[in-house]
Amino acid sequence: MRRWTTLAVAASVSMLATSAFAADVPPKEVAFGDDGVTASLTGTPGDPKHGAEVFKSRKLGNCLACHANEEMSGELFHGTVGPALDGVADRYDEGYLRAIVVNAKAIFTEETVMPGFYSLDLGADVAEEFQGKTILSAQDVEDVVAYLETLKE
Amino acid sequence: MMKSGLLAAAAVLALTAGVSADPVDEQLVIDGQEMITRAKAPEGHPFDEVLSGWLYREAETRKLEEDSFDNPGMLSVEEGEEIWNTVEGTAGKSCASCHDDAADTMAGIAANYPKWDPDAKRPINIELQINKCREENMGAEPYAFDKSGQKELTAYIKHQSLGDPVSVDLSQGEMQQWWERGKDVYYTRTGQLNLSCASCHEQNNGNYIRADHLSQGQVNGFPTYRLKTGLTSLHNRFRGCVRDTRAEIPKAFSDDLMALETYVTWRGTGLSVETPSVRQ
Ligand code: HEC
Ligand code: HEC
Ligand code: HEC
Repeated sequence: MRRWTTLAVAASVSMLATSAFAADVPPKEVAFGDDGVTASLTGTPGDPKHGAEVFKSRKLGNCLACHANEEMSGELFHGTVGPALDGVADRYDEGYLRAIVVNAKAIFTEETVMPGFYSLDLGADVAEEFQGKTILSAQDVEDVVAYLETLKE
Repeated sequence: MMKSGLLAAAAVLALTAGVSADPVDEQLVIDGQEMITRAKAPEGHPFDEVLSGWLYREAETRKLEEDSFDNPGMLSVEEGEEIWNTVEGTAGKSCASCHDDAADTMAGIAANYPKWDPDAKRPINIELQINKCREENMGAEPYAFDKSGQKELTAYIKHQSLGDPVSVDLSQGEMQQWWERGKDVYYTRTGQLNLSCASCHEQNNGNYIRADHLSQGQVNGFPTYRLKTGLTSLHNRFRGCVRDTRAEIPKAFSDDLMALETYVTWRGTGLSVETPSVRQ
C-alpha cells in the first residue's frame, strides 16, 4: 500500500499547513502509519459523550445503521452490515480505531462498504451540498474515537 | 497492533459479521394465484437464485399483499382503470378506444418491459409508452414524472400481468448495450457515502441497515404501495436510493435510469409481476 508511506511523509508537512481550523489535520494529509493514525486530528482530546451522539445520529456518523452496539441497547434498530462493536477497544488500539473511522478503505479493502468519515476519496456525482466535504469534522472523529475507546468488555 | 494482525482479525470478523436474517421461506398466493417469488437466476447473474422483496418484509406487510381487498395499492389500480376509460386530448379518444378491455389486450404485456423503441432508439418503460400513446395517438400532453395519474395508470397496466414471469428481450435493437450501461450504473459507487446499488443489494442483502431488511432490490412489484408514502414509482425508488448515498439525484427516465431499469429488471428475470406490491 503506497498510501501508507507517502502519507506518512505528508504528515510532517501537514503540521505546517493551515486550514479552516488551524489545528486540524486536513483530510488529505492524515498520516497512516504501522499503528494506524496515531496523531490526534485536532490536538483537542475527544469527548466520548459527544462521540456517542455522533455514533447514534443519523445526520452525523449514523454508525448504528451498520453496527450493533450493546452499550446503546436503548436505541432501536441496530444494523448488521458491519460487525457488532461490543468490546472493539479490546481489539484495536486508538490509532487503528481512528484510522478505521477516517478511511476504512485504507484499512480494510477498497471493497468495504464502510464510508470514509474523514476522507475526500468520495463516490461519483457527489451532491453539491456535500462536495469537497468530509462526512464528519475532525473533532467529531476525535469524539467518536474517544467513545469507541470506552467500548471494552 | 501490527497491520498484519489487524487484517487477520478483520478477516475473522468478516466471517462472523452480519448476523444475517434470512428471507422467509413462504409462498405468496394472491387471491388464490401462486406467485413466483424465487426463481433460478439467468446465466451470468451474480446470484444462484433471485428473490422477491416480499420475502424480506415483515409478516403484517406480507399479509397485506395476499388479498386484493387488503392491498391498499388496489385503490390506485382502480383509479388507473378510470383513467384508461377517460377520453382526453384532441383526438377525442381514451386508451380503451384503441385497446378495448385491458384485461385482454394488456394481459402479460408489462412483464416484458422495458422494450426497445425503434423510434426513440432507446429502451422505454410503461410510463414512456403511455406518454407515446398520449402524444401520438390521443393528441394529449405527455404526463410529467409521477404526475396526473402516471403512477396509477402504470400500476393498472402492470397489474394485468400479475403473476406473469418478468422477462426482458435483450436481443431487440441495442438492448444489450443498454444492459451493459445499466450494469455500469449498478456497480458505480456514488455520493459522499461512496456506495453502489451492489453495496447494499448484492453484498448485503439479508442484512439490516438500521430498521431495513435489505432485499435484492428487485423491481417486479412496481409501482409499489409503500406504507409510508403510498403508491411509489420505480424511478422514484431509484432516485431515493441514489439520494441516500448523498449523490446528485438522477433525472427520471434519463438514459442512466432507463439503462438501470433494463439491467435491474433482468436481474429479476423469472419473478412474477406483483404490481401493486406492498412494501414498508
Ligand atoms: C454503511 C455501513 C457502515 C457504516 C455506516 C459504518 N460502518 Fe463501520 N464497518 C462496516 C463494515 C462492513 C465493517 C467491516 C469491515 C469490512 O468487512 O469491510 C466495519 C468495521 C468497523 C470497525 C472494525 C470493527 C471490528 O471489530 O473489526 C469499526 C471500529 C467501525 N466499523 C466503526 C464504525 C464507526 C465508528 C462508524 C460511524 C462513525 C461506522 N463504523 C459506520 C460498515 C459500516
Ligand atoms: C388511437 C389509438 C390509440 C390510443 C388512443 C392509445 N393507444 Fe396505445 N397503442 C396504440 C398502437 C397503434 C400501439 C402499438 C404501436 C406502438 O407501440 O405505438 C399501442 C401500444 C400501446 C402499448 C404497448 C403494447 C405492447 O405490446 O407493448 C401500451 C402499453 C399502450 N399502447 C397503452 C396505451 C394507454 C395507457 C393509452 C391511453 C393513455 C393508449 N395506449 C392509447 C394505439 C393507441
Ligand atoms: C445505502 C443502501 C442502499 C443503496 C446504496 C441502494 N439501496 Fe435500494 N434499497 C435500500 C433499502 C434500505 C431499501 C428498502 C428495503 C429493501 O427492499 O431492500 C431499498 C429498496 C430498493 C428497491 C425496492 C425493492 C422492493 O422489493 O420493492 C429497489 C428496486 C432498489 N432498492 C434498487 C436500488 C438500486 C437500483 C440502487 C442503486 C442505484 C440502490 N437500490 C441502492 C438501500 C439501498
